[in-house]
Order: sequence, then C-alpha cells, then structure tokens
Amino acid sequence: MSADTAVRAAYSGRPVPGVAEEIQAQLVARFRDRLRNAKVLRPLLVHAEIDRKDLVEVCTYLKEALAFEHLSCISAVDWKDRFECVYHVTNWHNGCQVQLNARIPYDEPRIDSVIGLWHAADYHEREAWDLMGVVFEGHPKLERILLPKDFKFHPLRKDFAQEVDRQYISRRKLKGGK
Amino acid sequence: MPEFWVNMGPQHPMTHGLWNMRVKVDGETIVDAEPEIGYLHRGYEKIMEVREFQKNVVLTDRLCYVSSITWSHAYCLAVERMMGLEVPERGQWLRLISLELQRIASHLMWLASYGPDLGLLTGLLWALRERELFLDLIQLMSGARMNQNYPRIGGVRNDIPEKFGAMSMRSIGHFLKKLKDYEALFQDSKVFHLRTEGVGKISSKDAIDWGVTGPNLRACGVDVDLRRLDPYETYEEVEFAPQVWKGADGGDSYARFVCRFNELRESCRILEQAFDKVPSTGAYRVKPPRRAEGEGVAHTEDSRGEALFYVCGDGDDRPYRVKIRSPVFCTMAATPTLLRGNKLADVVAILGSVDVCVGEMDK
Repeated sequence: MSADTAVRAAYSGRPVPGVAEEIQAQLVARFRDRLRNAKVLRPLLVHAEIDRKDLVEVCTYLKEALAFEHLSCISAVDWKDRFECVYHVTNWHNGCQVQLNARIPYDEPRIDSVIGLWHAADYHEREAWDLMGVVFEGHPKLERILLPKDFKFHPLRKDFAQEVDRQYISRRKLKGGK
Repeated sequence: MPEFWVNMGPQHPMTHGLWNMRVKVDGETIVDAEPEIGYLHRGYEKIMEVREFQKNVVLTDRLCYVSSITWSHAYCLAVERMMGLEVPERGQWLRLISLELQRIASHLMWLASYGPDLGLLTGLLWALRERELFLDLIQLMSGARMNQNYPRIGGVRNDIPEKFGAMSMRSIGHFLKKLKDYEALFQDSKVFHLRTEGVGKISSKDAIDWGVTGPNLRACGVDVDLRRLDPYETYEEVEFAPQVWKGADGGDSYARFVCRFNELRESCRILEQAFDKVPSTGAYRVKPPRRAEGEGVAHTEDSRGEALFYVCGDGDDRPYRVKIRSPVFCTMAATPTLLRGNKLADVVAILGSVDVCVGEMDK
C-alpha cells in the first residue's frame, strides 16, 4: 500500500490563498476567447462560460493539467430559450472550485458525457437526463434513476406544469387569476 | 455455481429507509451490485421553484430528517451568496454551534443504527440515550427536536437561551465520559473487528473518482474537510483536526467507523471553543432582500459529506432553479465498487458504515 500512502501525502487539507486567480489565468491563457466571462466569483471559486463542443477539452485540461480530480455536481438548468449544464469541479489539493456553464440550444438538448474523466458523472448525468431531459452522448447507460422507468416526462423543465403556480395565492387562482 | 441476483430491499433491515440494493452472487461472493433508488423521490427541486426563498428552509430541513440544520444551513448559505448578504458575526457563531450539535446528533443516529446492523443491540440503546441529550439542547435552542427550521437567510431564527453554554458544557462533559464506554463496546470487541476490518475496501483514487466525500473519503486517508478546505461561517477561528485515517491501509468499514466515531469527540472540541468565543451581544440576523437575481453556490461539510447547493434567481421572490448535490447520492454510485468481491453476509456491515440517508439521496 506504499503507493497509496504517497498519494495521500499530497493532500494538505488546507486552502492555498490566491489559487483561484492563478487557475483563472491559466484557463484564460490556454483557451482564450473560447472561455467567456472568466472571473473569480469568491475566494476559491472560478466561474467561466463555455460552448458545449469545448466541454470535454476544458474538462480534460482541468483534470489532467490542473489536478481537478473531484466532480462535485452537474446541474441542468432550463432557461426557456436554452439549456445550461453547470459543472462544479473541485481540486482537493488546494480547495479551488471551478464552475463551468455550458450552453445547450433548446431544440437540441445534447452534450458530450464526461464519464470518461470522472466516474462520478455517471449518476449526475443520469439524474439530469431523468429530470431535465438532457442527452449525454457517450454515457453507457443513460436511464432514469429517480423516476419510474415508464415515466414519460422530464419534470424539471419549465413547461412541465406545477399543480399550483404559487403555493400561497391559491385564493387568487380560484378567482381566475394565475 | 450459477450466478443470480438477490434483492436486498426495498424493505430490508439493512436499508435504513426505502431503497433496493441488488446484488449478483456467485455462491456467497458478490460479483456485481446495482443500487435501485428513487423510492422516496418527492420532487423537491421542482417544489422549491414555487416557494419563496425563506419557505424552502422547511423543505430542506426534511431532506435529511436526522441532519436538518446542516442541510438548511447549506441552502441558506447558497442563497446568501446569491444575494450578497453577510451574516453578522454572532449569527455565524450561533450557526456553528447549531451545526455541530446537529452533527453529533446525526452521528449518534448512525452509531445507533450501525450497532444493530452487526447484531449489537446495546449500541442502539446507548447511542439513542445520549442522542437525546443533544436533541434536548437543540430543542432549547430552536424549539424543536427534529425539523427545526432554525437557520434563516441572513442569520438564525432566534437567540440562544440564557446559560445555554453552561448547560451544553454539562451535557458534553457527561457525553465525553460515555464515549469511553462506547469505545469499550465497539472498538474493544473482537467480534466487531472481525466483522468490519478488511471488508468493503475502496482505494483513495477510486473514492475520489467516484465522488465519495466526507468521513467516507477521510477513511481512505485523504485529508479533505470542507470546514477547513473551504471555510465557511467561523470555522477558521476554531482549532480542530479533521478525522483522517492514519494507518497504512484503510478505506474499509472499520476505518469509516473510526473516522466517523472520532468526529463526535472533535465536534465536542469545536463546541467548547465556540461557547468561549461567541460574542454575548450583537445582531444574529440581517434582513434579506425579498427578490434576488444571479447565481449562488455553496458547498459545506454535511454529516455525510459534501453538500452542495446551486441556486439561480431570475429577479423574482422565488428561486428559478435549485440544485441539490447529496453526498449519499454520489456515494451510492460507488457502492458496487465497495461490495464487489465481498461476501453476501458483509453487505450489511459495509453499507451501514457508509451511513445512508434515503431522504437526501432521493430528494
């Protein structure tokens, strides 16, 4: 188990000050104008917008060159005119987190899967497909995970109606309002 | 022998909730496994889109009913970051106190269920007995034993009662003595070692790759504790040591048990310092704006791992989209790796040490 011990020694468990600015500069230097709105939102959080075709390339760079080994989350958002897949990846060595917003056209909700980089993407992508209907190309088993297999809809889309529009004004709704 | 699938669940003493662990066995050995989840899916992310920011705290409390405050706090933190709110210092200290009390109560609930998993019913009774002490403290603080609805966007709901620090320290002093009994019951037992050591092993590389976080990752020897790695509230001002497995191997059920168990003691240490350092006067809450626009993200160290909330606002008084990242959901993806190669009889000893909470997993 000596190899494992060497791996463990690399984690100090403490944040590195100023690391977010450094990583933002490295990302911008590597991808230039393919990265939009790259900025440091808070200490230890870098934000950037990318196009969906650049996703795997940016993620590969993040994982292999910058040691972002942990995929925290994949969130799909329905903005009515487009979808957005938001990737949060974390570097366990220095505590830095990168948020990538990948734009997806509404009429063609497809994006490449990142399961080849992080196995953690498996469940996150299945969940995003299940609830939001975004297809992850290259995922080996894109099935529903939370909802029953025979469910026909993707309920987190904005055009999937809620039972009531607002919980607290049902009386207004009774009068014919929204 | 022919291989076949065995359903462990949805109703099974092992599941601690409602989910199905399908395991493929060759004789007694597990060759494959497949968790089947979603039995408790309540559509939280959708419901939260029609309620105002503050009303959602009631829902996030119920994400995990044994660790309510940590979940509501993570949600409030994400919304505050979206709004650009800063919680007053006293509010941050009160939050830290409530978080650590909740963490102890949650870990004791895990201990209480892990005992019977291994046939140790005494563990159930003892851990629940001491958990009641901390639930009493939480009740003093917030008015409820469970589902407290305590954190507010911009602070906490109410001040702590008079002499709360002294009362807490009395309970903690009693609890620290009892912890020695627990150690004698669990760690000194040869049968306990036989059941947990070397089963359900996962390497640190695999654990990171599959998104395992929290005590389960620290049991693999990786020093990752978000209270220290990305400090929130006033965690920077307290001294504590994240419980990381120091031995040569690790990553098995026993290492997970030890890391989680030692966190009980570490949380007591944090609480002792917090009661010293909390300012006696000052505001504990600021008024949040009614409407908000933008996006906020917060990841915190929940009792079970990394809880992440991603909140979008479109300028209305309700969130446009809330995404919940549950640590158990991600750990569940790694369970086939944990189980493969082990014996069928060890499934309970492995999954019990992972600390599954179905409420947060299925959302």
